[in-house]
Amino acid sequence: MMKEAFTNYKTPSSQLVKVAEIAAPYRDRPEMLMKVVTQVQKIVPAFTDSVAAVIAREMNISQTQVYSFVTFYAMLSVKPRGKYIVRMCKSAPCHVLGAKEIVREMESLLGIKMGETTEDRRFTLEYCPCLGICDISPAIMINDKTYGNLTAESVRSVIKRYIREDVE
Amino acid sequence: MIHITIDGERTSVPEGTTILEAAKLMNVHIPTLCHHEDQAIKAVCRICVVEVEGQIQLPTACNTPVSEGMVIKTASPKVIKARKNIMELILSRHTQDCLICSKNGTCELQSVASDLNMSRRNRYELEARNVEVDESSPSIVRDMTKCILCGRCVEVCTDVQGITVMDKENRGYHTLVVPPYGKSLVDTACVNCGQCVQVCPVGAISIHDNTDEVYSELEAGRKVVIQMAPSVRITLAESLGYDPGTVTTGKIVHALRKIGFYKVFDSDFSADLTIMEEGNELLQRLNGGETLPMITSCCPAWVKYCETYAPDHVSHLSTAKSPQQMFGSVIKTYFAEKEQLDPSEICSVSVMPCTAKKFECKRSEMNDSGYQDVDIVLTVQELAKMIRTAGIDFENISDSEFDQPFGLGSGAAQIFGATGGVMEAALRTVYEVVTNKTLDNLDFEDVRGFGGIREASVDLDGTVVKVAIAHGLKNAKIVLEQIKAGNCDYHFIEIMACPGGCIGGGGNAPKTWKKLEKRKEAIYREDKNLPIRKSHDNPYIKQIYEEFLGEPLGERSHKLLHTHYIDRSDLLR
Repeated sequence: MMKEAFTNYKTPSSQLVKVAEIAAPYRDRPEMLMKVVTQVQKIVPAFTDSVAAVIAREMNISQTQVYSFVTFYAMLSVKPRGKYIVRMCKSAPCHVLGAKEIVREMESLLGIKMGETTEDRRFTLEYCPCLGICDISPAIMINDKTYGNLTAESVRSVIKRYIREDVE
Repeated sequence: MIHITIDGERTSVPEGTTILEAAKLMNVHIPTLCHHEDQAIKAVCRICVVEVEGQIQLPTACNTPVSEGMVIKTASPKVIKARKNIMELILSRHTQDCLICSKNGTCELQSVASDLNMSRRNRYELEARNVEVDESSPSIVRDMTKCILCGRCVEVCTDVQGITVMDKENRGYHTLVVPPYGKSLVDTACVNCGQCVQVCPVGAISIHDNTDEVYSELEAGRKVVIQMAPSVRITLAESLGYDPGTVTTGKIVHALRKIGFYKVFDSDFSADLTIMEEGNELLQRLNGGETLPMITSCCPAWVKYCETYAPDHVSHLSTAKSPQQMFGSVIKTYFAEKEQLDPSEICSVSVMPCTAKKFECKRSEMNDSGYQDVDIVLTVQELAKMIRTAGIDFENISDSEFDQPFGLGSGAAQIFGATGGVMEAALRTVYEVVTNKTLDNLDFEDVRGFGGIREASVDLDGTVVKVAIAHGLKNAKIVLEQIKAGNCDYHFIEIMACPGGCIGGGGNAPKTWKKLEKRKEAIYREDKNLPIRKSHDNPYIKQIYEEFLGEPLGERSHKLLHTHYIDRSDLLR
């Protein structure tokens, strides 16, 4: 199972060239890995084995170290994700105020389950640790934008907007 | 000095001492799991918690420094209750098939659980990780259902070997120690050194056991010939409970015969052969202006490392095979001829301090005899188990001699087992070959010791040869970087992947630097006591060149005793 998930997607070589450019200035500076991966994240949909190998080669660290680092953080992924990553807060306040209903609504609207990506690679649904905006729970975050005080209706209109147009 | 009280007894210790260290000075044993005396303090397993008066929480002894007036209870009912709870939590994620585990009897978790008197049913249900055992590597088996996440293997792979093949994946409850991207160990840059096996406190990382194959060969009635590496006689007894540095050559030979081996040979012989070939290769390179520095190729983990990380520089590696592989091709040719045996009737086994040798014998080019030169490699740990299984009373068994003509090795071959040994052995021979003078002092003290990278220079009648020795791949990498940058002025370099050389190999009983000191003393003592201490003085070496091989680097030698290397950089992708 796991192995298939890893091998399905290949990063195009044009992207690998850019990854190398980002990582190259930080040779022998493993402490800069966070900076490198956050920049790389903006241009690749996944930290595949080849992306990790390129970062490792340029920074003179091991591929495993890059892999370990990426899998540690919920915001980074080794599996390809959609253009829009919809993160549902998994903490208690959101749960109490109806996160389940929000999830059900998003799943039915996008036709995927939590943790999955739509076929057109536009949306990924994920849970994430507390977003820190409990005052407006239940809340979600789509890429860098947060949406709170959600109801089934309001989350519907938010997602629909992302389906219709490119939100930057 | 800091004044403290441990379990009601007052003492004073230097500032910066941890509670664990202070307790040890007071003869109090605090249980530990993630702690390793040669490694950094991790404090992740929590089993070493103690009670400190005035503190509500129980601090971990391994990483808490003592402070003035501290009153510590290391085994109060509260502490014992906490430790038992921690142990229960650890056990709730550790498959308990102890009776069929390779670490049965030597497992640190087992011994801590036993000390804690874990006699009641675990209150937590077993939630074993749903992962398969990875037996893909010829050297190392990973069973992450037993991992307790201490992080020792990751530290040794990173800080000692500098390759980090395995690291932690995910976090919290889902943490696992794995190679990247779901790869099997065989598909990674793992060099098979087995240093992770050395430090694993449980059976999560173990040696790939090949003892069953040996029994099958014995049962099938094949002529099972065994060779024993220089360091095995130094380290085997330790696996049977003896003190580090107990040398038991004769007993091991006798035990091997009792187990049923047809002939018992000494790899010291082929180590001498290696010196003849490698020494002459060095002279040829020095005189012929060929690639320098030349680097030793005895260590299969180092060879794979070089092939993976510096495929453009494999020309620096000596083409001479390792002693194990030289022996393999000689046994299935010269020995078979002498004994009038068909090589196919022979099963060639070796017992090594090394897990990487299991990989080396399976390299596809290692078949110059027309067959796989060495069929099965056993490690010291496996042989110790075979001796136990055979019911041999090792303490009282008498000494026995190796079989001839491969039963004699020089002191030079003996010290192959320690870092710097191959270098010293080569220098003894090269000096005499070049200068035609007898070497007065055979002990090259400069190349001995445990310094990570050591240098020396030797005057060969006007030509000064600069040599270096590195052990531990992190040190090897430093030397390799110099070569890549073109600012390396050594002529000859010895590199061993394991700290301490073969006596620190992954196939031995678990080591610490303290134990390694004892093993090192033993190996140099053995060298001193041997009648022949230079490879080229070994009469059987002279004989094999006269009867069979011709001359060092000659046609036949070249075919049987030399090899080539490949590019493995793909493993890094």
